Amino acid sequence: MKLRTGIHRRFTDPSGNAFVYVAASAAIMAVDPLSDELVMAFDGEGRESDAVITGHSDAEGAASALKDLIDLGIIRPADEPNPPRAPMPPMPFPLATLVLNVTNKCNLSCTYCYEYGEDRLSEPAPGAKSKRPMMLEETARQSIDFLFKSCGERPVVTITFFGGETLLNFGTIMAAVEYAEVEAAKLQKRAHFALTTNATLLTDEVIRFLVAHRFGVTISIDGDQKEQDRHRRYKSGKGSFAEIVPRIRTLLKTNRANRGRPIGARVTLTQEASSVMDTYRFLTEDLGFDEVGFAPVTAAKKRDYALDGSAYDRMLAEFASLSDDFVAAALADRPHGFANLNDLLRELHQGIQKAHPCGAGLGLLGVSTEGKLGLCHRFVESESHEVGNVRDGVNEPVRQAFLKRGHVDAKTDCRQCFARPLCAGGCYHEAHVRFGDATHANLHACEWIRGWTDLGLSAYARIQASRPDFFARYETS
Amino acid sequence: MKHLTPLNQKARRLAALIEGQRDAARPLLQDPPPTEYPFGCTTIFAPGWEVDSSGGVHGLCQPIERDLYDCYHTCYWPAQVPDGVTNWPKWTASCGAPMNDWKSIDLVFP
Repeated sequence: MKLRTGIHRRFTDPSGNAFVYVAASAAIMAVDPLSDELVMAFDGEGRESDAVITGHSDAEGAASALKDLIDLGIIRPADEPNPPRAPMPPMPFPLATLVLNVTNKCNLSCTYCYEYGEDRLSEPAPGAKSKRPMMLEETARQSIDFLFKSCGERPVVTITFFGGETLLNFGTIMAAVEYAEVEAAKLQKRAHFALTTNATLLTDEVIRFLVAHRFGVTISIDGDQKEQDRHRRYKSGKGSFAEIVPRIRTLLKTNRANRGRPIGARVTLTQEASSVMDTYRFLTEDLGFDEVGFAPVTAAKKRDYALDGSAYDRMLAEFASLSDDFVAAALADRPHGFANLNDLLRELHQGIQKAHPCGAGLGLLGVSTEGKLGLCHRFVESESHEVGNVRDGVNEPVRQAFLKRGHVDAKTDCRQCFARPLCAGGCYHEAHVRFGDATHANLHACEWIRGWTDLGLSAYARIQASRPDFFARYETS
Repeated sequence: MKHLTPLNQKARRLAALIEGQRDAARPLLQDPPPTEYPFGCTTIFAPGWEVDSSGGVHGLCQPIERDLYDCYHTCYWPAQVPDGVTNWPKWTASCGAPMNDWKSIDLVFP
């Protein structure tokens, strides 16, 4: 029979032990030298199994290794199509997270912002009524009712506040939290809260509130003064660094004293950004953040801050150094705050196999200031991506039609890619900005995604070799 | 699984599933094989004396004799068989293995 190795990534640890990451299942297997040989022998167009096994010096061993590889779906009949997958999870999908855009105003004018900058989604039509700048408390309460009504059997739901600058509408946030806690108690569920802010409005009162309600806080910050003030400025052009640093220090100190949830920094990487390692060190060691996540700027190709091919290569090299730092910490049993790698290792260890790139439109929806539902917070101002509103609920046909188009099996570009289980085509919003179609594969980032997945697999193998118990933290029952 | 070591959670689940299937396959190979009971076309709906689209019985998914006992002993399906509870309790006495010799069961004349 003609057999062929399915889509996979073979990788090794420093001692030369071989592993495979199997795209069809997202399983990671250590392969012994005999099966490693077979994985390579059947790669490409495939070969007749007899031709490989019969002539083998250890024919019996090779036959038994081949059986193992076939059982686990690593090697398959060459002409057999992949087993079909469900086109859609059971619908209506229970909601887990609702992102409330409590305002679409901001007190900063970051030059690269996708919300206000050149790549914003919604250009108000001439003469059209302008959108409500602040979400009313009533809309926030309706959103929470909608969330509890749509979360099915889930015992915990998350309410995330987003903007604009979220804290410009602190009144609505307070009202929403109070209401959600009362409603959750009635239903014997729990509500978690999260918020993203630029930190300019973190007063002592706000900090006390966030810590008391155990918010998961993310601060948008790009690094030291030079990094931060390059793009993250007030409308006057003045940088925001000097304003936010004392506020962030107070927040981190108060949160730590009250054993709050870890507080993360979110860094936007642009063409001009300096060393990822320096920025990581500054944010964790000088400022005291628990974790740092880096994201390449979302931008159309022509913007001068957009990343080009060489910038992606440089970013990958810097992520590699920071990953080495993470692995060294893991082996020494020290915590490390490189959030991107932590998330990647979690997904790799659990064997996450995504049909859709993210939870947008599935377990996560965004709410605009007016109560309209979008696929996620990045789409809430876009009428062409509206999927209902919090009063009447989700427009199921629209939502499901989108999800069908966004399914990884519908993206022919992704068919041969080993990183498909984790990427599934990439961010809808990135795709929309780059290609004008939210369900287009993020082709501008493929090399980057594959390179980044390789970094994760290498870190996985290195930690597995000496500290397999490290991964217990990621296990689900 | 001698040649592969599952590392992540997904791989361990798959390996356990495959090992489990190997165990489940074993009883079928035991000697003697486990008894197979004649059920109707489905376990919950024994259609009994049906005909196929041509008016015959050859196209049915189960031989009709498989349903005979559902009709006769349990009165599960009210088909045209003798009343086995009071009047003809020994109707099938001549038939030891209905799958083979159901034709030995004769008509009755009330």
